[in-house]
Amino acid sequence: MPPPVLSVRGLRVEFPTRRGVLTALSDVSFDIAPGEVLGVVGESGAGKSMTGAAIIGLLEPPGRIAGGEIRLQGERIDTLPYDRMRRIRGKRIGAIFQDPLTTLNPLYTVGRQLIETMQTHLSLSDREARQRAIGWLEMVGIPAAAQRVDSYPHEFSGGMRQRVVIALALCAEPILVVADEPTTALDVSIQAQIIALLKRLAREKGTAMMLVTHDMGVIAETADRVAVMYAGRIAEIGPVRAVVKAPKHPYSAGLMASIPPLDRKVAHLAGIEGAMPRLSAIPPGCAFNPRCPHVFDRCRRERPELIETGTTRAACWLYDPASERQAPELLRHG
Amino acid sequence: MAERVEAPRGAAPVMLAVEDLARHFDVSRPLLQRLLAGEGRRSLKAVDGVSFEIPRGTTLSLVGESGCGKSTVARLVVGLYRPTRGRIGFDGRALEQARADAAQRRRMQMIFQDPYASLNPRWRVSDIIAEPIRAFGLAPGAAAQRARVAELLTQVGLSPLDGEKFPHEFSGGQRQRISIARALSSNPEFLVCDEPTSALDVSVQAQILNLMKELQARLGLTYLFISHNLAVVRQVSDQIGVMYLGRLVELAAAETLFTAPRHPYTRALMEAIPDLEMTGRQRIPVGGEVPSPIDPPSGCPFHPRCPLVADRCRAEMPRLLPPRGQAGTVVACHAVEEGRDPPPAPAGADQRIGTTATAL
Ligand SMILES: Nc1ncnc2c1ncn2[C@@H]1O[C@H](COP(=O)(O)OP(=O)(O)OP(=O)(O)O)[C@@H](O)[C@H]1O
Ligand SMILES: Nc1ncnc2c1ncn2[C@@H]1O[C@H](COP(=O)(O)OP(=O)(O)O)[C@@H](O)[C@H]1O
Ligand code: SF4
Ligand code: SF4
Ligand SMILES: [Mg+2]
Ligand SMILES: [Mg+2]
Repeated sequence: MPPPVLSVRGLRVEFPTRRGVLTALSDVSFDIAPGEVLGVVGESGAGKSMTGAAIIGLLEPPGRIAGGEIRLQGERIDTLPYDRMRRIRGKRIGAIFQDPLTTLNPLYTVGRQLIETMQTHLSLSDREARQRAIGWLEMVGIPAAAQRVDSYPHEFSGGMRQRVVIALALCAEPILVVADEPTTALDVSIQAQIIALLKRLAREKGTAMMLVTHDMGVIAETADRVAVMYAGRIAEIGPVRAVVKAPKHPYSAGLMASIPPLDRKVAHLAGIEGAMPRLSAIPPGCAFNPRCPHVFDRCRRERPELIETGTTRAACWLYDPASERQAPELLRHG
Repeated sequence: MAERVEAPRGAAPVMLAVEDLARHFDVSRPLLQRLLAGEGRRSLKAVDGVSFEIPRGTTLSLVGESGCGKSTVARLVVGLYRPTRGRIGFDGRALEQARADAAQRRRMQMIFQDPYASLNPRWRVSDIIAEPIRAFGLAPGAAAQRARVAELLTQVGLSPLDGEKFPHEFSGGQRQRISIARALSSNPEFLVCDEPTSALDVSVQAQILNLMKELQARLGLTYLFISHNLAVVRQVSDQIGVMYLGRLVELAAAETLFTAPRHPYTRALMEAIPDLEMTGRQRIPVGGEVPSPIDPPSGCPFHPRCPLVADRCRAEMPRLLPPRGQAGTVVACHAVEEGRDPPPAPAGADQRIGTTATAL
C-alpha cells in the first residue's frame, strides 16, 4: 500500500458559544491513498462539511481544531499559519464547493481565473498558461473551449460553471481534492457528467479525493471507500461495496434502507425514526441510541469506538464480543 | 395540439383536468436597452401546451430537469399564476370559478419544497395550523379549533404539545410535517406538492413519503406531485408526466413509464441516475445542457441532445401520440411514431440508445 496522501487522526473541532463549548467533530480518523476516492455520507448536520473545512484550513470562526492532527503526505498541516495554508490550498489541495458562484469571481473571465491560479502555483509563461487553461476547459467538457476561455462566469449555465470550478480546483494539479456536494445543485444528467469526470481524474492523475455528498447513488458509483458520519463522529467506515450493500452499523443500514428504489414500487419505505440530535443535546453513550432499533442497555451508558466487523469498522456495541447483545443475522450478513 | 389523455377506463371521476395549458413570461430587457440593441420583446415559454387529467384519489407526478416548467404548472393549477392559454378544470368547474368561491378554494392546497420558508417564524405552530381553519370558518369556537389542531398534529405524527412551539424548534422533516398539517387543516381534497421532500435527508424523506401515502389512502386525497427524483416519483405515482422545456414529452401510467420508457429523454433521465446496484456498468451520460427556454431549439426541443435525431426532428415539433401497441401512453417523438426507436427496456436496465451521447 502506498503511503496515504491524507491522514486524519483523532480530529476534534469545537465551537465556543455563550452557553459553553460545542463539540462539532470528535475522534474523526481516516486515510486517503493516492488515486482513492473516499465518500463521506450522513444526514445534514452530521459534520461532513466541517470535516472538509478543517482539512482545507477554512473552518469558520469561532470554530477551531481542538485536538488530533491532519497530515498531507506526512507533513502536519493543521498547525500551519494561515498564509502557508493558503498556498497549500491552491497548490496541493483543491477545493470544490456546492455552489459554483461563490467560488468564481464574476468580474474576471474564466480563462483569467484559471491562468492566475496556475501561474501562482506553477511556473508557466503567459502563453503556456493560456494553452493549459484551454486544455483544462476541454478536459472538463466545455465545448468550443478556445472561444469560451474569454467568457465571464455568468455566460455559463450552472452545469458548465460547476465544471469550470472543477477545472479551477484541479489546474494546479493538487494531490488531494476535497469536494463538498459538488453535484447537489445540478440536474441528474449534468451530475452524471461531473461524476464521470471526477472519477476519471482520480484514476488518471492519481489524485486522492474526499467526496462529501448525501447522495448514496453518487457514492456507490464513485467512491472506493465510504465513511458514514453521525453527530460529529464516524459511525462506520469501509469499502464502498460493503457499506452500501451490507452495512453493519444500524445507522448506515437505516440510511441505505431509506433510499427509494428505482426498479420497483414498495408499499412502505424503511426510513429512520426521529432526527439527528443537535450538537448541544447529544445523548450519552452511543449518539444514535434514541433512534436505533437494536438499542440495549450498554448503548445508553458507554460510547462505542470503531470496532472491526469483518468487512468494515463500525462504532456499535453489537460488534463487541463482550456485549450482552450481538448483531442479528440481518446486520451480520446484509 | 396535444392529444387528450383519457383517464383509465372505470377510474374515478376527474378531479383536475388541464388542457393545452400555457404560461409565457415577458423577459424583455428594458425598453431603452431594447431600442439600442435593436431587438424586440422576448418571451419565455415556461409552460407551453400541457394537457393531463388526474382522477380523484390518484397521484399524477411531473418530473424533469431544473427549469422545465414543473413549478410553473403547479402555480397555475393553484391559481398563483394566470394561464396565457388553455383551460384548467377543478372537479368539473373552470378553475377561475372555483377559486372565486371560498368553499371551493379550501378544497385545494399546496405544499412547497422549503419547509423553512413556508412557515411564519414568529407564529406558534398551533396558530400556523389554525389559520386556514379560522379563515374558512371551519371550527366554531376556540375549543373546537384547539381540538382540530391537536388532531392534525397527531395525524402527521407530531404531538399536540408541539403546537406551543415555534418553527425554528423543529428539524427539517418535522417542519415539513407542520406544512402538511397546515395544508390539511382546511380539509382539502386536492394537494399540489412541489418537491415536498427535496430539501430533506433520505431518512426523513422516507417518513414524509410514507405519511403522504398513508394520508391519501385514509382521506382519499388527490395529488399533483412534483419532483426531479424519478425513484421518489415511482413510489407515489399512478401517472407520470415527463417534461422538457415547458412541454410534456411523455405521459404514462407509472409502472409503464418504468417498465417501458419510450421518449429518448425519459430514457436518458433513467440512464443518468447513479446506480446503487454497483454492477460496474459504465454509464454514458446524455451530453449537452438543457437549452435556454428563451431561445428553444427548432422542431423537437430535445433534438440537439438526442441520439435518434433525424432531419424531421429539426424542422417539425413532434405531437404527443400513443406509440403503436402501447395504449394509455403518449409520447412526443418522431422516432417513436415512426417505429425506429430501439425496443423499450425497464428502468435500471441499459437505456443507451445510440452513440452520439457524449462520453466523458
Ligand atoms: N416569474 C417568472 N418570470 C420569468 N421567468 C420565469 C418566472 N417563473 C419561472 N420562470 C422561468 O420559467 C421556466 C420554468 O420554471 P419553473 O420554476 O416552472 O421550473 P421547474 O421545472 O420547477 O424547475 P426546478 O426543478 O428548478 O424547480 C424557467 O426557465 C424559469 O426561469
Ligand atoms: N458556526 C457554527 N457554530 C456552531 N455550530 C455550527 C456552526 N457551523 C456548523 N455548526 C454545526 O456543526 C455541525 C456539523 O455541520 P456540517 O459539517 O455543516 O454538517 P454536514 O455538512 O454534515 O451537513 C452541525 O450540527 C452544525 O449545526
Ligand atoms: S451501539 Fe447500540 S444504539 Fe448504537 S448503533 Fe449500536 S446497537 Fe444501536
Ligand atoms: S423527435 Fe427526434 S429529436 Fe426529438 S426525441 Fe424524438 S428522435 Fe429525438
Ligand atoms: Mg454540508
Ligand atoms: Mg421548481
